[in-house]
Amino acid sequence: MRGHLGTRIAQIIPTLLLVSVLVFCLQQLMPGDPALVMAGEERGDPQVLAQIRAELWLDRPVPVQYVHWLGNVLEGNLGYSWRIRQPVTQLIAEKLPVTLQLSAMAFVIAVLIGVPAGVIAAVQRNRFWDYVANAVGLAGLSTPTFWLGIMLILLVSVDLGWLPPSGYVPLMQDWRASLATTIMPAFVLGNSIAAILMRHTRSAMLTALDQDFVRTARAKGLREWIVIVRHALRNALIPVVTLGALELGTLLSGAVLTEQVFSIPGFGKLIVDAVFNRDYPVVQGVVLVTAALYVLLNLLADVLYVLINPRLRV
Amino acid sequence: MRRLLAAAMLVAVTALAMGSAAAQTLRIALREDADLLDPTLARTYVGRIVFAGLCDKLFDINEKLQIVPQLATGYEWTDPKTLLIHLRPGVVFQDGEKLDAAAVKFTLDRDLTMPGSFRRSEVSAIDHVEVVDPLTVRIVLKSPSGAFLAQLTDRAGMILPPKVTEQEGKNFALHPVCSGPFSFVERVPQDHITLQRFPQYWDAKDIHFDKVIYQVIVDSSARLANLQAGAVDLVEYILPTDAAAVKANPKLRLVVSDSLGYFGITNNLANGPRADNPYGKSALVRQAFSDAIDRSALVQVVYNGMYAPTMQAVPASSPFYDPGLKVPARDVAKAKALLAQAGVKTPVPLELMVPNNPDTMQAAEVIQSMAAEAGFDVHIRATEFAASLTLSEQGDYQSYAIGWSGRADIDGNIYAFLHSKQAQNVTGYANPAVDKLLDEARGLTDVAQRQKLYAQMWTQESQDLPITYLWIPRNIVGMTAKLQGFRPVPDGMIRLQGLEMAK
Repeated sequence: MRGHLGTRIAQIIPTLLLVSVLVFCLQQLMPGDPALVMAGEERGDPQVLAQIRAELWLDRPVPVQYVHWLGNVLEGNLGYSWRIRQPVTQLIAEKLPVTLQLSAMAFVIAVLIGVPAGVIAAVQRNRFWDYVANAVGLAGLSTPTFWLGIMLILLVSVDLGWLPPSGYVPLMQDWRASLATTIMPAFVLGNSIAAILMRHTRSAMLTALDQDFVRTARAKGLREWIVIVRHALRNALIPVVTLGALELGTLLSGAVLTEQVFSIPGFGKLIVDAVFNRDYPVVQGVVLVTAALYVLLNLLADVLYVLINPRLRV
Repeated sequence: MRRLLAAAMLVAVTALAMGSAAAQTLRIALREDADLLDPTLARTYVGRIVFAGLCDKLFDINEKLQIVPQLATGYEWTDPKTLLIHLRPGVVFQDGEKLDAAAVKFTLDRDLTMPGSFRRSEVSAIDHVEVVDPLTVRIVLKSPSGAFLAQLTDRAGMILPPKVTEQEGKNFALHPVCSGPFSFVERVPQDHITLQRFPQYWDAKDIHFDKVIYQVIVDSSARLANLQAGAVDLVEYILPTDAAAVKANPKLRLVVSDSLGYFGITNNLANGPRADNPYGKSALVRQAFSDAIDRSALVQVVYNGMYAPTMQAVPASSPFYDPGLKVPARDVAKAKALLAQAGVKTPVPLELMVPNNPDTMQAAEVIQSMAAEAGFDVHIRATEFAASLTLSEQGDYQSYAIGWSGRADIDGNIYAFLHSKQAQNVTGYANPAVDKLLDEARGLTDVAQRQKLYAQMWTQESQDLPITYLWIPRNIVGMTAKLQGFRPVPDGMIRLQGLEMAK
């Protein structure tokens, strides 16, 4: 087991290096001169452009720029945003918790809706509630988050006045206001994941309900809900948990649109704005941190598999 | 589930209660995040809106685009190259430092010499600045300039406290200090900027809020929803297509005014090989294209008729607007005749580069179908904004649909684009007569004399058409009906002096 984990950890550094080289090269392929974007309507002044290029090292060869950046990263310095002159590490430290909170809430909502709906659909197979759950699930999957977000804002905030239409309050500052600002976007974000979880729970439950141990449990005279929850669902959840872990990654990237609609200053909005403004240090920093997160999540999953499945420990 | 619902309701009620507690706060929605909060290094439009709360300027402009004193009390030209500015006594910066002639000299010198200064080109007319006495500054220009004073009505005229500014250097933007009605509190990038009332402000009696929060809401529908829900008090930019919703709501008010900018089609006349085609080489073909466009119908379809069709680069409210240059009615027969006269084979192929945002794309499609009837085969090349800028610089385009946010003086809207020796002239247009008129008009301070020269310049420009002007956008501001004292100035800035919430 140690050897297995050791190999996995040793793979992390070359993976991250590769990602950083790729991001650096891809940025060079992006059309549009960053100096022109930074200069804005002052782009007519050649002195301004030359100054920007010199200050941001844009007048040096790409490999030199890369080595310079990498050297700083190794010292824990991701550079500073060209646009607002704030350290990239500080920006990431501010934005990442926002998106993590949003994603976590979305995930909880997705599980609360998706798993019970899947169980009901499986138990009521080919009956009324199954059809209802399927229809709702399909609708959830096919509703664009952008549209759902705007509709919810109009209904819940504008017409009913129950929740603030957008913005964000940090959890530490005021947890109630924080929940008020994030519950709607979290629902929108969790909605499509709920649908996916529902479909998978349903099929996993159907398989589980057909197994011998379920028949045995029923034969023992156990009550039906105990059979469903304790015996069938427990087994059905294994593939669902795997899927859920995968979807958690999707949530982080899927938050971009939701953050845009609800004006939530999160990770997604940070990178989208950075790309449009050609704020390269922010793009590089965010991609590197995201890649590191994915790699760590994967490592964590590997560790969990080993813990859950004794056969892997050999 | 029931508990969850109850929790949601509880949260909602708390949120509502919080909203009413902060009555003395003005919340303004911005369409994008500002950049650096340093007047010397800043370059975005929304950044200027924040500066309107943070930094006073030597001069301001009013609704009629006239220059009025702000930190100055008056000015005089002692000769065509020498400007004497008298400063307002008793003004202090938000850190307590006194605002005097030395601070003015410090700020203008900083604009001229700081590496990375975006103000350099605006104040490049300055030869040197002299402190006459603590309340008088003498600015000596290299050559006479009619456009110079207007530069001091924007960021170049925002005076900074020398001590703090020197200490902070490039980090000034992280905690800016100025002499405006509100001082800086905090900034969460992409979310909000908070300012609080500055008690020692020289015009404190005109300030009626304790706090101003500039909230970044990029999505236009979300901006509208926030206004409708009462989560913000003022939205600096409502889409023309959303204007009806604001008008129809009795709790809201819509204020529409001319902006300083324009939108048009920049044509490649001589910038590289892509100009070698009938459209780039023949003024007749460009005139035909211009005649084929129904500008009124265009703004009606795309902007609900809220923008003003135009043939020139300044709004009708500008003293330099030429009333003689009217927007012609669409004339397809004339356009066809012009093409025949130019001796080109129809359909004339034309590539129109368009930054890919929804309304400009829609406008391009309308232009495409209008031009088709006159004998043009327009191909729309949708391009991301930053990429389109680079392509236009490189001359890798035939025609380019692009706007300009506008400056208080006409010179800032035309000189850099139409004069042959300017870097931002991406058309390659070089007409000695136009150059001469632009230079002459720039050197005069008399408005009537400048008007005459500009009128001559427009006559030539509308023949050559390096830029086919299409419309003047309007500032469409939405606000709660309770907000009083809003002054619609064409620069689109939200002036906080006099703004107050009705009881």
